[in-house]
Amino acid sequence: MPIAVENVSYTYLPGTPFEHRALKDVSFTIADGEFVGIIGHTGSGKSTLIQIISSLIPQTAGRVLIDGVDYSQKDADKKKLRRTVGVVFQYPEYQLFEETIAKDIAYGPRMTGIPEEELENRTQVAMELVGMDYETYKDKSPFELSGGQKRKIAIAGVLAMEPKILIMDEPIAGLDPLGRESLMDLVKNLNDCGMTILMISHNMDGLAEYASRILVMNQGELMMNGTPREVFREHEALRAAGLDLPEAGQLVEALRAKGIAISEENIRFDEVKEELIRMLGGKAHD
Amino acid sequence: MIKNITLGQYFPGDSVMHRMDPRMKFLLTLALIVLIFCVRTVYGYAAVVAVLLLAILLSRISVKYVLKGIKPLWFILVFTFILNIFFITEGEVLLEWWIFRITEGGLIKAVNIAVRLVLLVSITTVLTLTTSPMEITDALERLLKPLTVLHFPAHEMALMMSIALRFIPTLVDETDRIMKAQTARGASFDSGGLIKRAKGMVPILVPLFVSAFKRADELALAMESRCYHGGKNRTRMKVMHMSFRDFVALGIVAGVTVFICFGF
Repeated sequence: MPIAVENVSYTYLPGTPFEHRALKDVSFTIADGEFVGIIGHTGSGKSTLIQIISSLIPQTAGRVLIDGVDYSQKDADKKKLRRTVGVVFQYPEYQLFEETIAKDIAYGPRMTGIPEEELENRTQVAMELVGMDYETYKDKSPFELSGGQKRKIAIAGVLAMEPKILIMDEPIAGLDPLGRESLMDLVKNLNDCGMTILMISHNMDGLAEYASRILVMNQGELMMNGTPREVFREHEALRAAGLDLPEAGQLVEALRAKGIAISEENIRFDEVKEELIRMLGGKAHD
Repeated sequence: MIKNITLGQYFPGDSVMHRMDPRMKFLLTLALIVLIFCVRTVYGYAAVVAVLLLAILLSRISVKYVLKGIKPLWFILVFTFILNIFFITEGEVLLEWWIFRITEGGLIKAVNIAVRLVLLVSITTVLTLTTSPMEITDALERLLKPLTVLHFPAHEMALMMSIALRFIPTLVDETDRIMKAQTARGASFDSGGLIKRAKGMVPILVPLFVSAFKRADELALAMESRCYHGGKNRTRMKVMHMSFRDFVALGIVAGVTVFICFGF
């Protein structure tokens, strides 16, 4: 299910004093099985972009093709789109509403036309994926859970639709370090199983480690589109766009400022470590 | 997904109308509304329309934009017009067909009511377009202050109003977000019969209420932790001042009032 975004623009509230061009002529393609990170300053248009890709708001100009189909057309099969593209919004725990956890998770699949007899199995699989025991939790109210658990349930609700493409908006915001790590691991696993991932995140280190490609948004334009290494070595440009470097990148920058000629190509801590050991004349080993 | 919510539609600007004291704007709007119902002749209407046009001109908002406020009203306009024209049977008969009879008195009454409704809405629209909701509540608090002598909770009323107004956009955003999240899970809110649609609202309403209560809780906590207690002895950051332009406006409206009450 490749995604093609072609010359997409979006204008908020055109013709009023609040008119704002949120996206300006954005084009890119995403192949199957990619893990794409989207980074950008607040208001750079990343959220608008993913909402257009998932056909939740109509673009002002341009088009989006998912597996060659333009789902913004009136006669498009919306249910198929919803099954294909799963969207996890920021703070997804606020979308829970059912009496029991199992019912809430089954809501998405049920609405997108999955047969009733398949629902229980899907719910069970989705809960196991996010690490929540099915038997223990299925009949509990989602409102009894802690914040982190609620989020897991909300994500399970999206995974139960078994989407080919998973779009996530800042999924780790507000989680504790352990929760972040387990969520990133989950996403990585899903990606390894062939799911295309599109993730907005401010967690540069996570993206440097997991993403196969990074899109940098700046003031509604696609500023950069490349591998994490290609993107994160552009220290100046990222700073200008109001973005942070991964922590390893910040370390490299600090070392370079001290006159140590370490390459900006190093964007992860293990890489920095090896490079430093090599520079000190030692032998790199684990 | 929720488009064109124009509740308390404020049109930011820096015109003479925007800078007028909100108290004066509020009182003059009230005066004009009362006045509309005292008008008995075409000249009287002309005078009110002139004041309205002057206000729109000074606000630097296009007449078209102001008239957009009437759009949701067309049904009531047409409805009252038809009721009046057919059910008031005074004066000379102009047209008669089957059981319908249109009389001069009915026609005049119908036109009268329609014009009054349009003027009413346009005048209040100019007020809300040029005055932010916060200014209106502040003005109301000031105007109701004398009633505190009678133990009327003016400050609390104003606080409730401003909190309610403050949270309208927040709740609209929230609703929009929840709707999108549920849409992405396959929900659809605009298909099926009435019952199906009502049921379809549950996935929006439950999360919305949960978050609204949470917000209310947080706000109460935040206010308490800053030792908030009522309006006693509080001073304002922005003190409202009457200035020359406010008295000019008062003069104009007073003039029109005299014009209408004595003669037209």
